[in-house]
Amino acid sequence: MASEKLVLNFPRGIVREPVVYRLVKDYDLRVNIMRASISPDEAGHMVVEISGDKRKLEAGRKYIESVGVTWQPLSKDVHWRQDRCVHCTACVSVCPTSALSVKRPEMVVQFDEDKCIGCELCIPVCGYAAVEIQF
Amino acid sequence: MAKTIREINEKIRKGQAVVVDAEEIIDLVAQKGAKKAAAEVDVVTTGTFGPMCSSGAFLNSGHTKPRAKFSKVWLNDVNAYAGLAAVDFYIGATELPDKDPDNSVFPGRFVYGGAHVIEDLVAGKEVEFKATAYGTDCYPRKEVRSWITLANLNQAVLTNPRNAYQNYNVAVNRDGKRVIYTYMGVLQPGIANANYCSAGQLSPLLNDPLYRTIGIGTRIFLGGGVGYVWWEGTQHAPAVQRLPNGAPQVPAGTLAVCGDLKQMNTQWLRGVSLVGYGVSLGVGIGIPMPVLDEDVIKHCAVSDADLVAPIVDYSTDYPNCIPGNLGYVSYKELKSGSITINGKKVPTAGLSSYKKAKEIATILKEWIRKGEFLLSEPVASIPTPESGQKCKPFVEKPIL
Ligand code: SF4
Ligand code: SF4
Repeated sequence: MASEKLVLNFPRGIVREPVVYRLVKDYDLRVNIMRASISPDEAGHMVVEISGDKRKLEAGRKYIESVGVTWQPLSKDVHWRQDRCVHCTACVSVCPTSALSVKRPEMVVQFDEDKCIGCELCIPVCGYAAVEIQF
Repeated sequence: MAKTIREINEKIRKGQAVVVDAEEIIDLVAQKGAKKAAAEVDVVTTGTFGPMCSSGAFLNSGHTKPRAKFSKVWLNDVNAYAGLAAVDFYIGATELPDKDPDNSVFPGRFVYGGAHVIEDLVAGKEVEFKATAYGTDCYPRKEVRSWITLANLNQAVLTNPRNAYQNYNVAVNRDGKRVIYTYMGVLQPGIANANYCSAGQLSPLLNDPLYRTIGIGTRIFLGGGVGYVWWEGTQHAPAVQRLPNGAPQVPAGTLAVCGDLKQMNTQWLRGVSLVGYGVSLGVGIGIPMPVLDEDVIKHCAVSDADLVAPIVDYSTDYPNCIPGNLGYVSYKELKSGSITINGKKVPTAGLSSYKKAKEIATILKEWIRKGEFLLSEPVASIPTPESGQKCKPFVEKPIL
């Protein structure tokens, strides 16, 4: 038995593919959905804990890729460096869970650690190195 | 009742000037009317903070012993332009280290460049200095390697040929599949996000749309210190389509600014790494508007709802200089977090920081209130819309 936590990134348009169902049915895996933000017209993200036979896990990941869903391991410690943040809001529109959000009308950016799924989408978007990953 | 800059400065000196920022003035004018507000208020402060690529600093290192006439200079491995007198050089914000992988592994990360060198100097850090020279009778030394600091330099003058853009494009990506990496940030295909870059109602040149009070010699807040406008900015293009309130509908005016780097602060001067694009310098600028009359205050009272920006496709149109746009949106809509393009809701994000813009306008307000910052009378104006000046394209003449 192996287990891993993954962030699945669904491009727009393929959210209808019953990925979780297939992982369970065809690959004999246990899928625990920890967090999900998916809506029909937008790209979506899902944090899952998958467990099962090691080889089946691998096959399951291959299947996910084959339908156009990218994944990365859930990396926990995303750090928002308040001292480096300039509050440009560039990261806010890419953050799928609103862990990074903006308080209006002051346009002040805030970070809610509990909402962060560690998808790392904000990292390349931030030009001021204000979000960091700590391994 | 018209006022002069001299009269306003008299009040500033006495600590009696009434100063508000360009956000506060909106409600004030709405409540009291322009006439009354113009009589009461002496100065309106503005602010902006965002990546401004056309930036850099002139540095003078002092003479080495024996002397050298630098032909090539590197600061933390970033090339500085040394085609000036012996120990003068210019570090440009967007310059990369010689060995930077740039975009060879796409999209490049551009973690360090000229802008970061400037930030490190301002932070008081030691910067690795390397120079080579060919040697002359009066300047015999051929190589220098040393640590340098800002404090040890003779002069360090932030000298930016184009800053404070009056309005800017809203960037989108109309391509069906490809993610694009631009100086306007990462743009998702199918117009899935829209990035803007202006402080809107707080932006200096949007509060003086026809360049009436800002001119050559205007004293400003620059990077945390005091600076000046030294010229119209490069690509200054006043003759563009404008709204009835005078505000340009597209990018228009720009300013060339300079100031003593030694007075500056990394809170207002920051290296920026734009993934897939390059390095830029985040610059904070604040400009005071002397309330000479009702006309000045009416322009300062402009709000995000009264200002628009054009939506421009950065996948095909912008790179190929195809004119036109996908429509206009107001800054009020842009700041709400989403706009509607072709009936579709698209999330928006800024590159310019409104929070910092407001902080700059507030600091400048305090400086003026305390009598520490006097307004300057411009010594000459910059070209106005009547000049007909536009931004010309490159004229190519093939070399056969
Ligand atoms: S890693 Fe960044 S983008 Fe992803 S959820 Fe956390 S804050 Fe949001
Ligand atoms: S992109 Fe970076 S600097 Fe901008 S608001 Fe987000 S964390 Fe702050």
